Amino acid sequence: MSGEAKPSTLEAARASLMRSAALKPFEYLVWLPLPLLIFLFPSKAFLLNEIAILALFAVSLDLILGFAGIVSLGHAAFFGAGAYTAGILAANGFGAPLLGLAAGGAAAALLGFATSFFILRGSDLTRLMITLGLQLILLELANRFSGLTGGTDGLYGMTVDPIAGLFSFDLTGQTAWFYSLTVLFAAFLFARRLVHSPFGRSLKAVKGNRRRAAFLGIDTNRRLVAIYTVSAGLAGLAGVLLAQTTQFVSLDVLDFHRSAEVLLVLVIGGTGYLYGGIFGAVIFKLMQDWLSGMTPQYWQFWIGLLLVAIVLVGRERMTGGLGRLAAFLPGRPARRAAKAPAAGGEDAP
Amino acid sequence: MMDRRRFLTVGAIALAAGLGLSAPAAAQESVKIGLILPMTGPFASTGRQVEAGARLYMSKHGDTVAGRKIELLLKDDAGTPDQTKRTAQEMVVNDKVSFLAGFGLTPLAFATAPISTQAKVPTIVMAAATSSITEKSPFIARTSFTLPQASVIIGEWAAENGIKKVVTLVSDYAPGADAQKWFASAFTENGGEIVEEIQVPLRNPDFAPFLQRVKDASPDAVFVFVPSGAGAAFMKQFRDRGLGEAGIRLIGTGDVVDDDILNDMGEAALGTVTAHHYSVAHDSPENDAFVKAFKAANDGMRPNFMGVAGYDGMALIYQALEKTGGDTDGEKVMEAIKGLAWTSPRGPISIDPKTRDIVQNMYIREVKSVDGELYNVEQETFEAVKDPAKEG
Amino acid sequence: MLTILFDGFAYGMLLFILACGLAVTLGLMNFINLAHGAFAMAGGYLTVVLMNRYGVSFYLCLPAAFLVTALAGAVLERTLYVHLYDRNHLDQVLFSIGLVFMAVAAIDFVAGSQQQIIQLPASLRGRFEFFGVSVGVYRLFIIVICGLLTLALQLVSSRTRFGSQLRAAVDDPSVARGLGIRVSAIFAVTFAVGSGLAGLGGALGAEILGLDPTFPLKFMIYFLIVVAVGGTTTITGPFIASIILGVADVAGKYYLPDFGAFVIYTLMVAILIVRPEGLFARSAAR
Repeated sequence: MSGEAKPSTLEAARASLMRSAALKPFEYLVWLPLPLLIFLFPSKAFLLNEIAILALFAVSLDLILGFAGIVSLGHAAFFGAGAYTAGILAANGFGAPLLGLAAGGAAAALLGFATSFFILRGSDLTRLMITLGLQLILLELANRFSGLTGGTDGLYGMTVDPIAGLFSFDLTGQTAWFYSLTVLFAAFLFARRLVHSPFGRSLKAVKGNRRRAAFLGIDTNRRLVAIYTVSAGLAGLAGVLLAQTTQFVSLDVLDFHRSAEVLLVLVIGGTGYLYGGIFGAVIFKLMQDWLSGMTPQYWQFWIGLLLVAIVLVGRERMTGGLGRLAAFLPGRPARRAAKAPAAGGEDAP
Repeated sequence: MMDRRRFLTVGAIALAAGLGLSAPAAAQESVKIGLILPMTGPFASTGRQVEAGARLYMSKHGDTVAGRKIELLLKDDAGTPDQTKRTAQEMVVNDKVSFLAGFGLTPLAFATAPISTQAKVPTIVMAAATSSITEKSPFIARTSFTLPQASVIIGEWAAENGIKKVVTLVSDYAPGADAQKWFASAFTENGGEIVEEIQVPLRNPDFAPFLQRVKDASPDAVFVFVPSGAGAAFMKQFRDRGLGEAGIRLIGTGDVVDDDILNDMGEAALGTVTAHHYSVAHDSPENDAFVKAFKAANDGMRPNFMGVAGYDGMALIYQALEKTGGDTDGEKVMEAIKGLAWTSPRGPISIDPKTRDIVQNMYIREVKSVDGELYNVEQETFEAVKDPAKEG
Repeated sequence: MLTILFDGFAYGMLLFILACGLAVTLGLMNFINLAHGAFAMAGGYLTVVLMNRYGVSFYLCLPAAFLVTALAGAVLERTLYVHLYDRNHLDQVLFSIGLVFMAVAAIDFVAGSQQQIIQLPASLRGRFEFFGVSVGVYRLFIIVICGLLTLALQLVSSRTRFGSQLRAAVDDPSVARGLGIRVSAIFAVTFAVGSGLAGLGGALGAEILGLDPTFPLKFMIYFLIVVAVGGTTTITGPFIASIILGVADVAGKYYLPDFGAFVIYTLMVAILIVRPEGLFARSAAR
């Protein structure tokens, strides 16, 4: 598909991939001022933090949806697994943030690996329902083992240690913002590296046409399992961030609406170029915050209207500005490729 | 840089926490009350009642207390705890609220308790009814009720009124566990027997299979706790299953015969006996005036126990501020709250100085048809009931 | 035991009526209409309003619910949905979820957030014993109505010209189009009937499933399960899936009250893992 790599040697190909994976200068311009936002909008610290978390969550979903063509309505399973792992650790005296991150990410990745074998076959709808079903089963489990998770009452009594013993998660939400932003950035770089690696390129081939990829000698299943595991791990990190920065975990992290929301966010921002999740999270959260401030009871109506309008007007045109910006990005061509297969399943004639 | 950041951080906390210290100087500033309620989602009816009650109090008593203007900030948390917590935090840090109030469900109050403690913000629980909520933070006081208060009364009543075998059916979360536990202990101490204990999911319950279980156990009565608003669905299935005809009586805390929707439940609800602290049919001049004003302000909506708790919550805040002379320092306000006593539409109430929980009359009521409408008609009164879970 | 089976059967029948429209839209136009439940909710609220405010008989409300929602479905199909058939699944999901949000908030605004309650006519209340099985009259009523409708649907689809065109279009829309079948017209009619059935299901189900503004979100998952497990190529598939789901749900809650909700999700995941295209898919090619 992407014929840009016409390597004379393998090394040249590698190098070209590395180049496209590295951040362009203007991207630094976008990322670098971000930490300062908190000083511009000190009153929006929590919103910023939530945007960062949702963005990370959406980026993780983009890995499977945008780059591997797997539609999931159950991605919150991994978000929740990460959140509960970190939460239970912190409630039992293991409050070190980095330990929580590592453990939560690992637990979610493990869960992703274990369940990845179920999503290899079937149509979009099948995958949608299997992922959703697994998430709901997990929700029931969390509810049932209330001794461990607090059940419907929520996990109470988490204490998260200060980061590196210095920066505690305070009421103002500053530490939370720096922390979440750092993790988001690191995860983003990692994801960027991943999709521009030979592995990422082969994944694109799998997504484009699974059968053809198999003929080319690509072990499609192994690649899908791998990307699903990674994506689950990143979603787990997002869950950990939520648990640690709010110092609270409830069944809500596994709820259906969380999966639906992240899917909406990603679709609003656009799939297949990683920035989509971030843009989507910004747009969605700002809208939600603004609307729910204006009309606490009926804000859903306007969100709904917005979604309908976005679709009718055309996502392309709505996010067109962002898209043109993103056209400078190396991952951009993948976006157009993301359109077609999502409709008919990978083998559509 | 690092020091500066820490300085800023600490400074901001101090600002948030110690707002009260500078309060006398800024006496002209308005007192903000952060009201956090489920205005959307399955428990939105709770939010609507509490809000209506709170607003009614303000419209009746003016918006100035001890020379300071009262400002009510309403936010929706959709009944999800992390949203409640975030909203509370924002209100404390950004809006500099002097009070947090509302809390439609127990988990929402649990989630917020650490913030109340950390920021020393008096927190008035207007709905959630799990006993242990007030123990989660010294800055929490409550104007609704506790489930043990109601459960113990109905447990004793059941044992004394010829009910021998009971199946308990409660929603599967902290208040349900509270109701189950305290009903069972009061009932068995007085010679009753619990045949079976059933927990139903909090969200989206389909009661039919559970009620079939109740029926097959053929007890004398079924004791029920479901949160406000879910009673209608329960009642419908109760009738549909023919439990009444099978001779199984329905008893419970007053949540199941929520005044707000009681009228729509139809004759299935007739004869239900519950223990609770408020009925719209309570006979007192205060209540008559309250109900009339409430209905007038809300399109004829009946107040329920959530509405009256919102009303009393505001009464509590007004009186506390009057006592402190407008000072909103968290600790001073909490001192002022302890021991407050007044006559609410539900009858005489007070705040227990030791537990910051509400002390109030409990009533045994039966659902009866009066002038073509259904009411919980009060029959027996138990005066000044404290939360039994915190006795001794 | 038999009572449980009976109740589960009635529940399943109801689910089928609610969900079959979704199955057809998905099979015919490959359109994931998550807003299907909103039509059911509309039917339910219409019934509530007609009965409680205007005192219309329940028996008259049922056809009214069908007709009004069918009309609404037809209008929405022609004005909005028609633009989305050639879009990808993500757009469709986004669009229909948006509609759900709007419907939820609008109903909340108009009717309030509380559970709506209808009083069934006396003739439908109560229970009777039938060879030791305790039978709820209303559940029997549901089974009869839904059974008749299912039969009618089956007859229409297998015996009429419209039915064979519909089946052809479901099997392969592009070939059907090539054969001169007016797929879009067929679809408009089917969409309207599917919406109408959902509305009828909502009216029938208000008593058993409960009715509040979150209805479309609550039951969306159930509808999707029915469609995913039953497949979209036949009427029988979703029907059997609905019955299995209904019985498993009710029985699961009765026998394993602590693990009630597990039963159906686990069942669904297990079925889909073994048969990714649903129980009754004719081919795995779609």
